[in-house]
Amino acid sequence: MSDMKKWEDRLSPAVNSIAPSGIRKFFDIAATMDDVISLGVGEPDFVTPWTIRESCVYGLEQGYTSYTSNKGLLELREEIIRHHAEVDGLVGPTADDVLVTVGVSEALDIAMRSILGPGDEILIPEPCYVSYGACAALAGGVPVAVPSRIENEFRVTVEDLEAHVTDKTKALLIGYPNNPTGAIMPRAELQKIADFAERHDLIVISDEIYGDLTYGSEPHVSFAALPGMAERTILLNGFSKAYAMTGWRIGYAIANPAIIAAMTKIHQYTILCAPITAQVAAVEALRRGEKYRLKMLAEYDRRRKFIYDGFNKLGLPAFEPKGAFYIFPDISSTGLSSNDFAEKLLTSEHVALVPGTAFGSCGEGYIRCSYATSLDQIAEALNRIENFLKNHVR
Amino acid sequence: MTELLELLETDARRPVSELASILKRSEYEVEKEIAQLERDQVILGYNTIIDREKLGGDGVTAIIEVNLTPEREVGFDAISERIYRFEEVRTVYLMSGSFDLLVIIEGSSLKDVSNFIATRLATIDGVTGTRTHFMLKTYKKDHIILGNKEKDRRLVVTP
Repeated sequence: MSDMKKWEDRLSPAVNSIAPSGIRKFFDIAATMDDVISLGVGEPDFVTPWTIRESCVYGLEQGYTSYTSNKGLLELREEIIRHHAEVDGLVGPTADDVLVTVGVSEALDIAMRSILGPGDEILIPEPCYVSYGACAALAGGVPVAVPSRIENEFRVTVEDLEAHVTDKTKALLIGYPNNPTGAIMPRAELQKIADFAERHDLIVISDEIYGDLTYGSEPHVSFAALPGMAERTILLNGFSKAYAMTGWRIGYAIANPAIIAAMTKIHQYTILCAPITAQVAAVEALRRGEKYRLKMLAEYDRRRKFIYDGFNKLGLPAFEPKGAFYIFPDISSTGLSSNDFAEKLLTSEHVALVPGTAFGSCGEGYIRCSYATSLDQIAEALNRIENFLKNHVR
Repeated sequence: MTELLELLETDARRPVSELASILKRSEYEVEKEIAQLERDQVILGYNTIIDREKLGGDGVTAIIEVNLTPEREVGFDAISERIYRFEEVRTVYLMSGSFDLLVIIEGSSLKDVSNFIATRLATIDGVTGTRTHFMLKTYKKDHIILGNKEKDRRLVVTP
């Protein structure tokens, strides 16, 4: 065996400065059990609709096996622009302002690397997706966590943002609909964030991967579509969640020409282009995937109402999620930390979920449950959690 | 179609408590509405979808195209009634196109079904012709793929 410590010391300081994801531990424990019910999965339980899969097979038969242009297939970028014009009312950007990436993950990484210099600060409301802070740090920037709270329905407030602005603040990252809380930003609230960004002249990275997954009467509002905001926004989106295409790894960024040129530079030297097979499938998703997306959305909505009712009946109150497919119940009444709750529940009742702290320190006292799983599984998970509360808590 | 009916159509065995949660209504209200739908014969019954191949049974299903001579005043209705009243007949549709009725029959054997067609169905007054197709294999029934091998391939925990 090599001396682990010796080699760790020789790694890049940037890599050593970031902690591994807190989710790994639960994955390892769950892997030893064969009857786990998982509410811990951050991806749809649906398989990609057949019409999309079939178009990819056809594309392969037709010989679509080459590189594409760095920015991605023109017809895909045109469909993306058409989609956002129709759904979000986004006007201005053209196919030239789109960069197709390997998932939103890549888009996030190269967006950070394009805009952050050493010491530049980026405001990141928490709880949030696990990659935001790490990507900022790897890019040489300084992630500044801004808490959001249940009493504000997990929407970050301008007051909290103002309290964290310094003369080094260069950017703001927002992710609504939100993973892990299910929060959304209605137009009026989002406009206040826009005014804030304008006041401090910030670049705004808006991760809208769950934008097509909202429930109830308040639709998703794209930050880039707010008056005057398109120019300062790096809009990130992709196909993984709405079209159940996680494994295809297709995302994209829409931004002003200077930023897209910078991101394309990094992309062309590191990735070259996103896989053509998956780009062909993504075109089909935008052209003919709508009805399948709506069907999946209706099913998530049923599960959302069921699990929300279930947690409240168990005495673990939750904010009613408005988007994405997560619910973020408050478990502080159990006296357990998020991490202990998740670990004990997994070992005793074989239900996997993710402690709120995996998404930032202000997630303490919460757990993230994904309802991208069947109603039967959700019902069984709720039964097991009820058992757990009886036997281990009260 | 109401959301309640959509939910029951995909799975009639959902507990009322689950339906109530999803519909944001009380269990009592949901039960009452289901009872009313049954009384109104909007809900006609609850079936179970069975993969008969798994049972190793030797039952056969025949799909029969039937040509009819329509009758004055009643059209195809009276003669259709004479056909669908037979126990052996599972389903009857009036069709557009080159034949009039599509009749689905289930029997215990090929002989059993052909016997029924020859002696009962084809001999009814007004039936001018039949073409019988025996079903060889079911791939998909009511949205359910038989022997579906697609399984959950996701990792147990992902961000």
